[in-house]
Amino acid sequence: MQEIFGRIKKRAAELFADGTVTRMVGWQKGESDYDKTPAVFGPDMKGFVYDGFCGANLSKYLINLSKVEGRTLVLLKPCDSYSFNQLLTEHRIDRDKVYAIGIDCNGKLDINKIRALGVKGIRSVAEEGDEVVLDTVYGSKRVKRSEVLLDRCYCCKGKDHVAGDEFILAEKRVDTTTTDRFELVKKLEAMTPDERYEFWRGELSRCIRCNACRNVCPACSCVKCVFDNPALGTDSKANSDTFEENMFHIIRAFHVAGRCTDCGECSRVCPQHIPLHLLNRKFIRDIDELYGEYQAGAEVGQRGPLTDFAKNDAEPGATPDKGGKK
Amino acid sequence: MQIKIDENGNFKPTIVAFCCNWCSYAGADLAGTSRLSYPANVKIVRVPCSCRVNPLFILRAFQRGADGVILCGCHPGDCHYTTGNYYTRRRMTLLFNMLDYLGIERDRTRVEWVSAAEGAKMARVMNEFVARICELGENKRLEDLRCKKSLEE
Repeated sequence: MQEIFGRIKKRAAELFADGTVTRMVGWQKGESDYDKTPAVFGPDMKGFVYDGFCGANLSKYLINLSKVEGRTLVLLKPCDSYSFNQLLTEHRIDRDKVYAIGIDCNGKLDINKIRALGVKGIRSVAEEGDEVVLDTVYGSKRVKRSEVLLDRCYCCKGKDHVAGDEFILAEKRVDTTTTDRFELVKKLEAMTPDERYEFWRGELSRCIRCNACRNVCPACSCVKCVFDNPALGTDSKANSDTFEENMFHIIRAFHVAGRCTDCGECSRVCPQHIPLHLLNRKFIRDIDELYGEYQAGAEVGQRGPLTDFAKNDAEPGATPDKGGKK
Repeated sequence: MQIKIDENGNFKPTIVAFCCNWCSYAGADLAGTSRLSYPANVKIVRVPCSCRVNPLFILRAFQRGADGVILCGCHPGDCHYTTGNYYTRRRMTLLFNMLDYLGIERDRTRVEWVSAAEGAKMARVMNEFVARICELGENKRLEDLRCKKSLEE
């Protein structure tokens, strides 16, 4: 990763020097080593980093950066390139104002998984090969990289970029896929409605309505958002009421249905660790099953499943898996 | 204030029916002029096309005290705007699957294609739907307590 970081820095400096780009959107260190936040850099690239904690998807920032003078250099991990294509399809990004470099990704780390292993008092984090070295107040600790990746990396869409002007890739690509992405969705579908209701109450009742999932989502990019309407009844956390949680999460997931690239940012940023991607994946699974396999952002200009139709579509309420008529 | 119990102490549901202007609303009209009866607790909302119905409308109906929501439109292929109901069909299929996924009773929501000539079908569908909602009882999983309170005051 260190080698890739060096190559990115070198190439970015060249692009700044020859005037191809005027700014770069990348990541910088936040309060701690495991806290990397997106940031916009000038030619000096002061504070720019790229490591295992740079999970944030940068493509959404290009919407606003397309509106200002000059060209922006963006770094896209393979999963981010899908969101980039999707935003291009929706005409939210001006392609001429963006210079995209596809960068290598060997799976991004999840600090919560590291903490769940019982690691406390983390002072600094470093990566050495396929191990993460943690310097804690109780001494040094090593954990296997493959054990502490973000959930989304265990069902990676692939290490190939679908967009980019040039690519900076490692010689040896790491495949992190170990599970089927619909495994949990299938498990939930197999439950009884009461069990499912209990499961989702347990998850969604933790929601604090911080709107992080909406703000981070590259598909959720309306200029005027329905949730900003105070009359909607979902603008704040209601005391002892379940409706606003259901309403918010159904509508949030529905708005991105057919456009969600399954980048998993919603679940990554959720401060309450609600598995929000399970809602999006339900829509993806239904779309795949009912209207044919579809990956949002795989190509620029493809027609989304909800803006399209077929004359012999399944009827609402028909549940083929439960013996209903199709 | 809503009256959810009739004079015999039985549960009386509130049903919201979104009917498209061109087919289903005329179908409901035909049911009326044909003297076919369907329960009075079905409140019809006329929409220009079934495709006008946003998933938010359906959730909002539940929020404001509906126990069941039914969406009626022209038969696929007969849409006044040529293709509107094809989009409705995809949208509602996904929405209802999502409600089911969250553990909310699937039978509280329904889509039916009713043409302007199908007054009898309209009455039958409404009777069936109300009977099913009576079995399910009051909407508890998608209710908004804040709305209920303000209704009682």
